[in-house]
Amino acid sequence: MSVVVEIAVIGAGPGGMSAAARCAELGVEHVLLESSSKIANTIQKYQKGKHVMAEPGILPLRSPIVFDAGKRETILDAWESGLQSVGVNIQYEAEVKAISGMQGDFVISLMNGEQVQARHVILGIGLQGNPRQMGVPGEQSDVVQYTLDDPEEYKEETIAIIGAGDAAIENAIALAVSNKVYIINRKDEFARAKEGNLNLILAAIDAGRIECFYNSAPAEVQLLEQGEFPANLVLKTGSGEATIPLHRIIARLGAIPPRSLVESFGIEFPNSDPNAIPALTSQYESNVPGIYVIGALGGYPLIKQAMNQGYEVVEYILGHDVKPADHELLAAKFNSLPYDLEVDDVLALMQERIPVFAGVNALQFRELMLDSKVWTPAKGEVIFKQHDYTNTFFTILGGAVEIEVNPELRIKANVGAFFGEMSLMSGRRRSATVYAGPDCVLIETPRRSMIKLIASVEAVKRVLDETFIVRTLQQKFAPNTPIEELQPIAARAKMHQFQPKEVLFREGDEADALHFIRNGSVTVSVQIDGREVVMSYVPANTPIGEMALLGNTTRTATVTAAVKTETISLDRESFNLLLERSEGLKERMQSMVKQRHEQNVALQSNSESSDLMSFLMGQGLGEATDVLLIDENICVGCDLCESACAGTHQGTSRLNRKAGPTFAHIHVPTSCRHCEDPSCMKDCPPDAIQRGGLGGEVFIGDNCIGCGNCQRNCPYGVIQMAYKTEAPDNYWRWMLFGLGQKPGKGKAAVVTESSFKQAVKCDMCKDQSGGPSCVRACPTGAAMRLSPEEFVDLVNLVR
Amino acid sequence: MHTSFLSHANARYLKVALVLVGLSIAAYWSQSRHVVPNGGTWLGYTLGTIGALLILWLIYLGRRKRNFTAGWGTVRGWVSAHVYLGTALLVVATLHTGFQFGMNVHTLAYALMCVVIFSGLFGVWAYRTYPEARNSLKRSQTLDDIFLQLEDIDTQLKRDVSTMASDIRSVITSAIDRTEIGGGIYAQIAGRDNSKVVIAGEVHRNAGQLNVVAWLVQRLTTAEGEESKKLAALVRDYGARQQLLQVIRTDIRFQGIQDVWLYVHIPLSIGLLAALLTHVVSVFIYW
Repeated sequence: MSVVVEIAVIGAGPGGMSAAARCAELGVEHVLLESSSKIANTIQKYQKGKHVMAEPGILPLRSPIVFDAGKRETILDAWESGLQSVGVNIQYEAEVKAISGMQGDFVISLMNGEQVQARHVILGIGLQGNPRQMGVPGEQSDVVQYTLDDPEEYKEETIAIIGAGDAAIENAIALAVSNKVYIINRKDEFARAKEGNLNLILAAIDAGRIECFYNSAPAEVQLLEQGEFPANLVLKTGSGEATIPLHRIIARLGAIPPRSLVESFGIEFPNSDPNAIPALTSQYESNVPGIYVIGALGGYPLIKQAMNQGYEVVEYILGHDVKPADHELLAAKFNSLPYDLEVDDVLALMQERIPVFAGVNALQFRELMLDSKVWTPAKGEVIFKQHDYTNTFFTILGGAVEIEVNPELRIKANVGAFFGEMSLMSGRRRSATVYAGPDCVLIETPRRSMIKLIASVEAVKRVLDETFIVRTLQQKFAPNTPIEELQPIAARAKMHQFQPKEVLFREGDEADALHFIRNGSVTVSVQIDGREVVMSYVPANTPIGEMALLGNTTRTATVTAAVKTETISLDRESFNLLLERSEGLKERMQSMVKQRHEQNVALQSNSESSDLMSFLMGQGLGEATDVLLIDENICVGCDLCESACAGTHQGTSRLNRKAGPTFAHIHVPTSCRHCEDPSCMKDCPPDAIQRGGLGGEVFIGDNCIGCGNCQRNCPYGVIQMAYKTEAPDNYWRWMLFGLGQKPGKGKAAVVTESSFKQAVKCDMCKDQSGGPSCVRACPTGAAMRLSPEEFVDLVNLVR
Repeated sequence: MHTSFLSHANARYLKVALVLVGLSIAAYWSQSRHVVPNGGTWLGYTLGTIGALLILWLIYLGRRKRNFTAGWGTVRGWVSAHVYLGTALLVVATLHTGFQFGMNVHTLAYALMCVVIFSGLFGVWAYRTYPEARNSLKRSQTLDDIFLQLEDIDTQLKRDVSTMASDIRSVITSAIDRTEIGGGIYAQIAGRDNSKVVIAGEVHRNAGQLNVVAWLVQRLTTAEGEESKKLAALVRDYGARQQLLQVIRTDIRFQGIQDVWLYVHIPLSIGLLAALLTHVVSVFIYW
C-alpha cells in the first residue's frame, strides 16, 4: 500500500508533533510516522509523575499544540488531545527502514512493508534510538518489555533480565527486592558495567538474591496457555538448553543510535565525533534537499525549541517568510551594540569580521549567538583576571583588547581575534589578565556552546588548535619572541590524544620530544625494585619531558595519562630552535628541572607515600580540581561535615562521609571533586551546570529540569536527585524545648503536585562567606579540601 | 594542608592560655600579705568574672558547632581555643577560690567544673588516640564493611555445614545464631562477650568463640577421609570469623571509650551552669 503526501514527518516527539499539527492546521496533506505505539517516546520513559520543565523560560512557544511546565502525564494528555483536535494524521508502529528518491518524490519504506510517498521529509527522531530487540521468536509478545518505569510496581513475580550493561544490572538489583530475578548474560563476566554496579551484581549473585545465567542467550519465548506462569524463556547456555518459566522478560540490550540510520538517508555528519550534528541551513534543511532535521538530532535537545522548529520548518517548506521564534531575543541582545542593523545583518557582520566563525553555518551561528552575550566594555575595564576560574570564550567584534600575560608582556588583540581559549580547552584557571581597549565590542560564548561547535565544525577546531599552539609557545616558553618567529616552530608541533592510563613515554626510552599538556593530567613514575612507584602529578598547562631534552638523552621516568589527556609535542630540533630564539629560556628550564629532581628524590625514598599517590590517582582524582579528603587518624566520626553540608544546602547533604574507599589513613568520601572537564556538564539540556568564579566550583543552577543526565554521567556517583526542603529550624527552639528539626537534618519536603526532584551536588559553598562548610565544621581538623597539585605535600606527610 | 585542633594556627590558643595562666598566677602572688586570698577581694572578683565568662563561652561551643552558616572562624579553631582556655580555667578558678573550700554550693560549682574539665581532658586524649587505633585495627575499612564480611562468612559457613554431620551442623549453626555483639554501654566498653553455643544439647558460654574453636579442633582429631578435609577447611574459615568478631568487638569498645566522656562532659556542663548561676546570685544576695 502506498500513501502520497506533501510532508511526511518522522518521529512523534515534540518537534514532529508540532510540525504535523501545523500541517493539519494549514490543511497540508501530511503523515506523522511513529515507530512505537505512543507519542513522545522519550518522555513516556520518564518516571511517573515526573515534573517536566519548559526551558528556556525566555523563549516563547510557537506551536498549534500546547506545552507548559508540569507533570509528565498532564503534558502527554494535552499533546494527545492537541493532535486529535487539529486532526493530525498519525501512524503508530510505523518504523522507517529507508528513504529513497529526491525532493518532490521521496519514498519512505517502513519495517512493516508499507511505503509512503512524500514531497518533503521532516526528521525529528531524537537521539535515544530504538531499543535493540531480542531477535528471537516470541519477542513481540506481551511478556517482553524493553523499559522499566518503576521497579516497585512488580511484586512476587519471576522476571528475567536480558543484558549485562548498567541498565540491566540496575533493573535486576531493584527488582530483586520483591521478585525472583534471573539475569541473562551472553558473556562470562559483566565487562561493560560500572564498577559500583559490578560489585552490586556480583554480591547479589553470590548471596543468591539474583540467579545469573552466564554464557547464555535467549532462544525463544514460549507463551503458556495455563498454569502459574504465562511464558517460558528458552535459553541457549554453555551447557545446553535451559527453560525458565516466568511472568516477565525485560530486555535491556541498549539502543541502536540513530546516526547510522540517518546517514543511510544520505545526510552527512561533519566528522566521526559522537556529539557531531548534521550540517543544516538556517531553515533546518540538511545536505539532502527536501529532508529537514529538527529537535535533538539537529542539536536542539529542549522540548520548546523542538516544538518551535516543528512549526517553523513547515512554514519554510511552504515558502512562508516567518521570523524564527528567537528573533526578538536576538534583537534585544543586539540592542546595546553600536550598530544600526537588522538582526540578520548583525549576524552576517559577525561572521564576516570574525574568521573563526566564518565556517559556521547560519543556523548554528544563530544558536551560538543566542547562548552568547555581547558587551561593550569601557576602555581599561578588566574582562577577566589571571587565575580566575571562568572558561568562556571571547571574540572581538569591534575595537581591541590588551592581554597581559605578565607585567612585562602585554599583547594587543584586534577585531576578529579571539581569546580565552586556553581555559576553554584545559578547564583550568585563566592564564592572563585581559583589559578592554577603546571602542571594544566583545562576544562572550559559554564553554558548552563552544565545545559543541568545536565538535561539529572542523574549521573552528583547526583554527583554535593552531592558535593554541602558538600562544602556548609564546606564553610558556618564549614570551619575548615575536609570533612570526614562533610560527614555523608551531607548524612542526603535533597534537596528541591519550586515553586514561595510556603511556606518553617510558623510563629508558630515547628522548625525542617535549610534551605540553593541553588538557587532562599525567602522573610521573619510576621503577624501583621492579615496581612502578608514582612520584608526582602534573596538571594541564605544564610542560613535561623537558628534563631529558635538556641534558640526558633517555627518559628518567615514565609518564602516564591520569585521565583523558591532550598534549602538544615539540621534537628535539624545534625545542633547540626555541631555546636559541628565546633568551633566558634555558636557565629557566634548568631551574625547573632541578626543582622537579628534588621533589622526586623526596618521594622516591618512601614507598608508602607513593602507594598513596597511586591510590589517589586510582580514585580518578587526577581529573579533580578540588577534592574533599578525610584523615581517618583524626576523624572521630561525628558527621558534623555532613550536617553542615545539609544545614547550608536545603537539608540535603551533598557528601557521604562513610562511603568511599580509604588507603592508609586517607579517606575519599563520596563528594564532588570538581573535575577539570566535568562529565556532568556534558549533557545538561538547560545548561544548568556551570563552572564558577574564583574557586572553580562546578554547581547546578536553579534552572535544572531534573532530567537526571548529570547523575547518570557522573562516574563518581556524587550527584543526587532531591526535593527542595524547608529552611532549617531555629536552633534555640530545638535546643531548649526540643521543638522542630535538629540543625543539619533537613525537614522532609512536603511533596506537592508542583514539586519535583532536581539534581544536587557540592557547590563548594560558593554562597557561604567562609568557604566550604564541611571543612569549617570539622571539629578535629580531619576534613580538608585539596587540589591534586597539593597531593605531593599530603603524601609526604604520611611518613 | 590539614592540622589537628591541638596545633591549630600554630597552637595560638595554647599561647593565649599560657599568658592567661601566667598573668593570673602573677596577680595572685602579688597580692598584699594582709589580705586572706578569697573570692571577695578585687582579684577574686576579677578572676571570678573571667572564669564565669569563660564558662559561658566554653558552653557556647555547643551552639557554635551547629551554626553552620557562622562566618566566625572554623569549628576546629573554636575547639582548639575551647581545649586550651578550658584547661586554663582550672587555674583561673582555683585561684579565684583562694583555696577556700566547704560544704556549700560554691564548692559544688567548683567541683562540677573540675569534673567537666577533667572529662574534657580525657576527651582530648581519646580523640587523639582512638581514631588512629581504630583505623589501623580495621585496616582502613569501615565497620559496615566488616559486618558485611561477617554476614558473607556466616552465610558461607551455614552453606558448608549443610552437607556435614549433624553434630557439626548444630554446633556451628547455634554458635552463629547465638553470637552477640554490642549490648549496653558497659558491655560495649568492657568488651563483654555474651555469645553462647549449644554443644550436645547444652548451652555453653562462647566468649571469643573459643569453645567452638576448641570443639572443632577436638572434633577434627576424630574425623577421617573426606570429612577431615572439609572439617579442616571449616576450622580455617571459622578462625577468620573469630578474627572478624574480635575486630568488631574491639572497634565497638574503642568507639565507646572514644565517645563516653561526652556523656559526662555535657550533662555536667549544664549542671555546672546551674550551680554557677546559684553561686553568683547567692554571692550577690548575701554580700
